[in-house]
Amino acid sequence: MKSHYNFAFFDEGSKREIRRATLKAIAIPGYQVPFASREMPIARGWGTGGLQLTLSLIGKEDVLKVIDQGSDESVNAVNIKKLVSHTAGIRSTEETEEATIIQSRHRIPEVPLKSGQILVLQVPMPEPLRVYEPSELETKKLHAEKEYSGAWVMLFEHIMKYGTAATGADHPVMVHNRYVMAPSPIPRFDNPKMDHSKALILLGAGREKKIYAVPPYTRVKSIDFDDSPFRVESFEDKSCRLCGSTGVFMDEIVDDQSGEAVYQCNDTSYCLAQMNKNMPVGGTSNEQV
Amino acid sequence: MNKFEYPVLSIRNLNKQFGPGCNHCQNQKESTLIKNYCPVCGTVYACQDISFDLYPGEILGIVGESGSGKSTLMRCLYFDQEVTSGEAILSTYEHGERNLFQESPQRKRYIRNHLMGKVYQNPLLGLKMDFTSIGNIAEKLISAGSRSVEEMEARGRELLEYVNIPAFRMKEAPKNFSGGMQQRVQIAKALSNRPPILLLDEVTTGLDLSVQASVLDLIKYLQREMNISMVVVSHDLGVIRMLADRSMVMLDGKVIEQGLTDQILEDPQSPYTQQLVHSLL
Ligand SMILES: Nc1ncnc2c1ncn2[C@@H]1O[C@H](COP(=O)(O)OP(=O)(O)OP(=O)(O)O)[C@@H](O)[C@H]1O
Ligand SMILES: [Mg+2]
Ligand SMILES: [Zn+2]
Repeated sequence: MKSHYNFAFFDEGSKREIRRATLKAIAIPGYQVPFASREMPIARGWGTGGLQLTLSLIGKEDVLKVIDQGSDESVNAVNIKKLVSHTAGIRSTEETEEATIIQSRHRIPEVPLKSGQILVLQVPMPEPLRVYEPSELETKKLHAEKEYSGAWVMLFEHIMKYGTAATGADHPVMVHNRYVMAPSPIPRFDNPKMDHSKALILLGAGREKKIYAVPPYTRVKSIDFDDSPFRVESFEDKSCRLCGSTGVFMDEIVDDQSGEAVYQCNDTSYCLAQMNKNMPVGGTSNEQV
Repeated sequence: MNKFEYPVLSIRNLNKQFGPGCNHCQNQKESTLIKNYCPVCGTVYACQDISFDLYPGEILGIVGESGSGKSTLMRCLYFDQEVTSGEAILSTYEHGERNLFQESPQRKRYIRNHLMGKVYQNPLLGLKMDFTSIGNIAEKLISAGSRSVEEMEARGRELLEYVNIPAFRMKEAPKNFSGGMQQRVQIAKALSNRPPILLLDEVTTGLDLSVQASVLDLIKYLQREMNISMVVVSHDLGVIRMLADRSMVMLDGKVIEQGLTDQILEDPQSPYTQQLVHSLL
């Protein structure tokens, strides 16, 4: 494919600079490394942090998967995929197992990640203490001194206000017993997938100009109180209306006709794969869902 | 005060300056400063060579005009600011063998969170105005290592009731509260770890007289019931007279007089204190 861009959009110098920041981030798990976030042909806040990581890492042999809130087909995911395959001429996929780089917003795929894979998460707000302490200078000090009371104070506030420790998303984690980190707005359900992950996890914040990382096999613990232990969202007695899966993260959909709540896998490619598996041989496996 | 008791807190030769100083002001400070300020290099000598002892269960008053260095002294004692030089010994910390000012930031945090409480002149500095009142109290408990929601909620409720904030308002943010209530939330927070030492900087300034009286009563009550040692700062000699057994008078960064409060009031020695006492009468 012909393109007037350099391979993977950026010039080699820019990519090298991003990779240097990435290496530093891997060396200090959970620590936010500043980097010179570049201008991108998509607006900041639409995944430019993740995209810059992906572009700096991608090679000719790589296979890319991009998901947005569990979906491979959302406009955002498709645009990002297009930009990368346009400028790098690489192949993309929807299958988690097949991908070497997975860029994602708001989810970690249901299929367990393997060693050798890289998960790139898009981050809107990298500083887990920001609501507690507005000053960057101060939060830097707090990280340096491992002073994380603020993270627990925010969780306590949540419990006082809502009567539950069930945060919506982006529930802070302690990485390698050293840095408290924002896991990006993934549901609590996905937090445990970060713990001792076989895949390398990179997190990029374009607007805030930060890169941080969880290297493979790193201890990642969601913060909690002794008498209010961390719990993931429970879909215990629920199963996906399409593929029948249980024990995965599900979206609640209210049926227009009956007004009843039904559930379906949030991870669309996982759901599709399950449906295909369940199909009898020769069945209509590409039925629209 | 019992002369045979050991002080809980001893401060020796505390100095705090803002600015680098110059030949002019470092050599003969006395003659060259204009109040606390060097006209040549602009350095402010906010606290100069301050020494005092605080005994168990006593209230030590610090009085002085605006700019005399009271808040700076309190900030130094609570490690909000670094001293330029000096020594602080806390009898309950490491057998009173360490100069607190030379401890690491982590140790200083430990001392602050476990052994001291402070009420700021400006409640904006002492409270997270958007967080719940009980969350503000929990902040201090969490900093001191508590990880039990139930315990903290119970303790917070107890303290807020103690300072007369009704239980049904404990989940409200201090920004919705009156000035007097905010100061009482600050006091509840400062008390949460049962610290041996409480630092109070102008707790009643800017409050209505009746509200002032209720806060002063609370402080008196704390001293009686909890036997906490307190340093109480005010530019209002009336407040000091009401609360403090012993007092220091500060002027231009220096302690110009100290002793029993009654004695200072009856027989002020320095011309400045005489003026101050007269204005009270
Ligand atoms: N950060 C700073 N930089 C420079 N000068 C400062 C700083 N903070 C305080 N000062 C100076 O130190 C001196 C003492 O100020 P401080 O706030 O301690 O006075 P105070 O006795 O508490 O007064 P008030 O009664 O008005 O609260 C003042 O001259 C002040 O201008
Ligand atoms: Mg002051
Ligand atoms: Zn000078």
